[in-house]
Amino acid sequence: MDLVEFLVKTVTIVAVFGLTLVIAMYSTWAERKVAGFIQDRSGPNRAGWGGLLQPLADAGKMFFKEDFIPALANKWLFIAGPSLAMLTALLASAVIPFGSTFRIAGHEVPLQGVESNIGILYVFGVVALGVYGIMVGGWASNNKFSLLGAIRAASQNISYEVAMGLSLIAILMMSSSLSLGEIVAQQHGMNWNIFYQPLGFIIFITCSFAECNRVPFDLPECETELVGGYHTEYGSMKLGFYLFAEYINMFISSAIISVLYFGGYNYPGMDFVYAQLVKALGSETGHNIATLIGTAVFFGKALFFVFFYMWVRWTIPRFRYDQLMNLGWKKLIPLAIFNIIITGAAVLFLKPVITAWLN
Amino acid sequence: MQLTNRSKQVSNKEMTLAERAYLPAIATGLAITIKHFFAKKVTIQYPEVKRYLGPVFRGRHILKRDADGRERCTACGLCAVACPAEAISMVAAERVKGEENLYREEKYAAVYEVNMLRCIFCGLCEEACPKQAVYLRHDEFVPVFTERDQVIWGKDLLVEDMNNRYTREAWTKEEARALDVKRASGEITNVVPRAIP
Repeated sequence: MDLVEFLVKTVTIVAVFGLTLVIAMYSTWAERKVAGFIQDRSGPNRAGWGGLLQPLADAGKMFFKEDFIPALANKWLFIAGPSLAMLTALLASAVIPFGSTFRIAGHEVPLQGVESNIGILYVFGVVALGVYGIMVGGWASNNKFSLLGAIRAASQNISYEVAMGLSLIAILMMSSSLSLGEIVAQQHGMNWNIFYQPLGFIIFITCSFAECNRVPFDLPECETELVGGYHTEYGSMKLGFYLFAEYINMFISSAIISVLYFGGYNYPGMDFVYAQLVKALGSETGHNIATLIGTAVFFGKALFFVFFYMWVRWTIPRFRYDQLMNLGWKKLIPLAIFNIIITGAAVLFLKPVITAWLN
Repeated sequence: MQLTNRSKQVSNKEMTLAERAYLPAIATGLAITIKHFFAKKVTIQYPEVKRYLGPVFRGRHILKRDADGRERCTACGLCAVACPAEAISMVAAERVKGEENLYREEKYAAVYEVNMLRCIFCGLCEEACPKQAVYLRHDEFVPVFTERDQVIWGKDLLVEDMNNRYTREAWTKEEARALDVKRASGEITNVVPRAIP
C-alpha cells in the first residue's frame, strides 16, 4: 500500500469517525427534542439556539462528575466495559458506504472507510462483539442488578441476532454478495430491497431495535426492575460512554437499514441529475457534486431512521421479558425462515418468469 | 350511572389476527404520537412569558396604605401570632404629633419584617389582619434571592407605593372571567405582572 492510498484511507476513516461521533452527539439532543415534541413540550431550548449547545453542556457535566469505581468491583474490567462498548460501536461505521466515489486528480476515492467484500459479515461480527461491553461492565460492577441487566442484554442480543441474520439471508440470496458497496450498487434505479423484502425489513428493524437495546426492548436498563441495569454502578464519563455507544449503535444500524433496504445513496432521478451535472461542470466536479448529493440523500435516510427509533421510543411501552423471548424465538425466527423460503422460491421460479415476460 | 361517554366495555374475547400481529396497533400509536409532534406546544417560556395566575394567587406580601396614603398597619401583632411559620416580626411605635398623614392609627409598625425563607405563603396573616393592612399580592412573586440579606424583607420593600397601587380587580370566578374577556379584547387592566424592584 503506497503512502497516498494510506493517507486517503486515514482521512476517510477519521472523517467517518468524526461524522459518526457528531451525529451521535446530536442524536442525544434530538432525542430530547423529539421526546419533548411528542409530549407537547418544546424540549431543551436554553443552551444555545434551540438548545443546540445542550450536548456540550451534558458532556461538560459528565466530565466534571466524580469518576467513581466501587470498592469491590473488578477495576480493570469496570473500565474496559464502557471502552469496549464505545470501541465496538465505532468499529462498525468503517464499512458503511456513505456515497459512491470522489474523483480527485484522476483517482477514484470511494466514500467508504474500508471497501470489504464481506462488509455485512464484518458488521455482524462487530455488533455481536458489542454485547461484551455491556456484559463485561455489568459483571465487573459486582452488583446483582448490573449482572442481571448484563445477562438480559446478552441473552436478548443473542436471541435477536439469529432472527436478524436469517432476515438478512434473504437479502443476500437476492444480491449474491456480502459487500455493502455491491448491495447498494445493485439497488440503483429504485430497485430498493424494501419493495422485494417488506417482511424481511420488518424483522430486521425489530431485531435492530433489540440489538441497540432501545425501547421497546430496553430490558437491560429497565429501571422499574433493575435500577439502572448494567450501568447502575457507572457514573461520570464512563456512563456517558455507555449512553453514547447506544446512540452510535442507533446511527450505525439506521445507516445499515438504509444501505440494505432503502438503496443507500441511490435516489430517484439519480442518473438524470448525474448527466446534467457532468454536462454542466465537467466529469470531475460534476461527478463529485453528484456524489455529495447522493451522500446527503444517504444521511437523510439514515437520520430518518434515527428519528424513527426515537419516535418508537416515545410511543411504545417496554416488553415484558417473556414476551421479548417469545417474540424473538417463536415469531421472528419462524417468520424469517418463511421469508427465506419465499425469497428462494421467488428467485428460482418467479424471477425467470418475470424476466422472460419483460423481454 | 354513566359518568362519561368514554367508558368502554371490558371484554375477554380472543384477539383477532390483526390485533395479535401487534403491528397495526403500533402504527396507530405512531400516528397518535406524530400528531402530537406537530401539535402546538403547551409550554409557557417562563422567565420571558408570565401567565396570569388568577385573583386568589398568594405571592409576595404588601403593607397597604389607605386612600390618603397613610399606613394601615397598627402593629397589633395578630399576623405574627397567626403565622404558622413564624415568619413575621415587628416593632411597634407610638405616633407622635405631625405624623397623622403617615400613619392611620395612633400606633404603627416602626419595623415590620417578613422572612421570605420561612414564609409558606398560606395567607393566614391576611385573614388575621383586622385593619386590612397586610396582603399577599396575586400578581408578583418573591424573586429569586442569591444573598442571605435579601431574604428578610423590611418595610422598604413591603409598604405600598402610592404611585403604583396594588388593587385586586377580580374576586370571584365570574369577575375573573369578565376580566379575562376584557384582557383578551385588549383593554388595559391594572394586573400586569411586573418585575420586582
